[in-house]
Amino acid sequence: MIQKILSYDTPRSIALSMLLLCIFAGLALAPFLFPGVRTVDTAARICIFIVLVASYDLLLGYGGIVSFAHTMFFGVGAYSVALTSLHLGRGFDALILGAAIGAVLATCLAAAIGLFSLRVRAIFFAMITLAVASALAVLVSQFSDLTGGEDGLTFKLPRELGPAFKFGQTLFDGTVFGVKLNGKLLTYYLVFGTSLVLFLITLRLVNAPFGRVLQAIRENEFRAEAIGYRVVHYKIAATCLSAAIASCAGALYAIWLRYVGPSTTLSLELMIDILLILVIGGMGTIYGAVIGATLFLLTENYLQAAMGRLTSGIGDIPVVSALLSPDRWLLWMGILFIVSVYCFPKGIVGHFRKDP
Amino acid sequence: MSIPLLSTTDLTVRFGGHIAVDNVTTQFHPGELTAIVGPNGAGKTTFFNLISGQIRASSGQVVLNGQDISRLPVSARTKAGLGRAFQLTNLFPDLTVLENIRLVVQAKANKGFNLWSTAVALTDITAKAQTILAQVRLEHVAKQPVSELPHGDQRKLEVAILIALEPKVFMFDEPTAGMSLDEADTILDLIADLKARTECTVLLVEHKMDVIRTLADRIVVLHNGQLVADGPPAEVMASAIVQEAYLGLSPEDQMHG
Ligand SMILES: Nc1ncnc2c1ncn2[C@@H]1O[C@H](COP(=O)(O)OP(=O)(O)O)[C@@H](O)[C@H]1O
Ligand SMILES: [Mg+2]
Repeated sequence: MIQKILSYDTPRSIALSMLLLCIFAGLALAPFLFPGVRTVDTAARICIFIVLVASYDLLLGYGGIVSFAHTMFFGVGAYSVALTSLHLGRGFDALILGAAIGAVLATCLAAAIGLFSLRVRAIFFAMITLAVASALAVLVSQFSDLTGGEDGLTFKLPRELGPAFKFGQTLFDGTVFGVKLNGKLLTYYLVFGTSLVLFLITLRLVNAPFGRVLQAIRENEFRAEAIGYRVVHYKIAATCLSAAIASCAGALYAIWLRYVGPSTTLSLELMIDILLILVIGGMGTIYGAVIGATLFLLTENYLQAAMGRLTSGIGDIPVVSALLSPDRWLLWMGILFIVSVYCFPKGIVGHFRKDP
Repeated sequence: MSIPLLSTTDLTVRFGGHIAVDNVTTQFHPGELTAIVGPNGAGKTTFFNLISGQIRASSGQVVLNGQDISRLPVSARTKAGLGRAFQLTNLFPDLTVLENIRLVVQAKANKGFNLWSTAVALTDITAKAQTILAQVRLEHVAKQPVSELPHGDQRKLEVAILIALEPKVFMFDEPTAGMSLDEADTILDLIADLKARTECTVLLVEHKMDVIRTLADRIVVLHNGQLVADGPPAEVMASAIVQEAYLGLSPEDQMHG
């Protein structure tokens, strides 16, 4: 049964299985295990980034297709949900419609870019995605009447997803294990559940005959064509699917933040984060997205705080305390990533799978 | 004479000023094994590329089974019934031996755009791939990545891919180049097997004259991109023009051309 849910693509390493299980349990029970606004927020972001990075893995890790437009598709989903919620009024119908419009729009955009440029050289496709993504980011900041420009858009979720909505008063006294049963909790589980489904869909896609063809294209495009696969069509399909999934992740992100803006969804830094997460976790494995996103977001969120505690602990040693000052956290994060790429050239998942 | 299965009409390709294949018109019939010979750089591989579509012809046509395939992309020509084994080994290096064949069987079954069932669940496709591996005696390395195979086994896999494609026309480009005699014999046995099955048409680029003598029904000689001789083996081998085409080539060149 579990085999089937995982599309027969199990982690294939005991250590890796344990790690994935811990992350799964941690995310599934996050509001109860780590109550607190900040921790639950981190957990939700991890869920969303797992989907976002997994959908990019479908494209880069399996198909070998380099795209810089992945954040654009993420943004399309996020803005669609924000705009429908603003203009149709708060409600689940607005959310669903927004997510659907986003997915369709992202697919069409991906198809257009793909049709136009995937026939030519791979590098051309990469350049076009970069150009289109930058152009769209500029458009979004220009058309501020519609998009809110650099400030972005804040919108309201359905009442059931707001902190003021309480449930289970009679049954549980309104709390379970000390956690308040409110709309915020519901939103978290909406994010978690949808992310899980999207992740499993991605896992299925790469293990379907279609995913195998993508692998073949990555390995040897020329031969894939010679055994009868129309490579361009497969590449365009992969681009569209990955765009649609990224757009759904974007919709979830907007729902979680109740806000959408260029810096949270469209920025090039975000694109680089996606690449880093994928490389650290392990390309072409899908599970790499889980490990990578968890590690990355935990480091990003807690490294600074940990360093703060460390410096106050060790006192005033001249050079050391300067190096460990919380202001240097970016430096240390960079070093951590260089070390991890150096130690695990095939990513963490690749490393575990090699010596089980 | 029967209707040709594959024919080329005035097939020509220019690379800049250089004409690599020059007005080649010829036919290939069902059940016939044609050896294509010629010195290094004669245009044999390019002629194959024009037929299977890796290179578009500057002018001329390729007709398969009555259909003009000159404008079709490579994959469509494969679907139409052309099967090509490459001169330089051309496989999926990081995938397993079994997966290499499975992908071919899957392509043949038109399952590539199946997004929803897992590849593992399509057991008939895997089973068929295993049968083909057994035919070329590679089942013991089925789970190994191709990049770890010795050269001879990689060449065998190249032939196995062709067998899995079940094409109407088999195109072998120097299938035994760089192999030990033993390994070469295995490959040649496989080709002889194919020949024994009457319906298939085989095009074979090969330098070893003894191989050609035993296998070929017909020899086509290319020289500087032109078709200079065409006929039964004994006749062609005796002709002056073939002697000339090969004149000045050392035996080593003949092995590796
Ligand atoms: N893509 C190409 N671009 C330019 N010249 C080419 C190309 N492919 C082949 N040629 C030239 O065409 C000629 C025929 O090459 P080829 O068909 O490989 O010969 P053969 O297989 O008979 O040894 C050679 O002179 C080669 O340099
Ligand atoms: Mg050649």
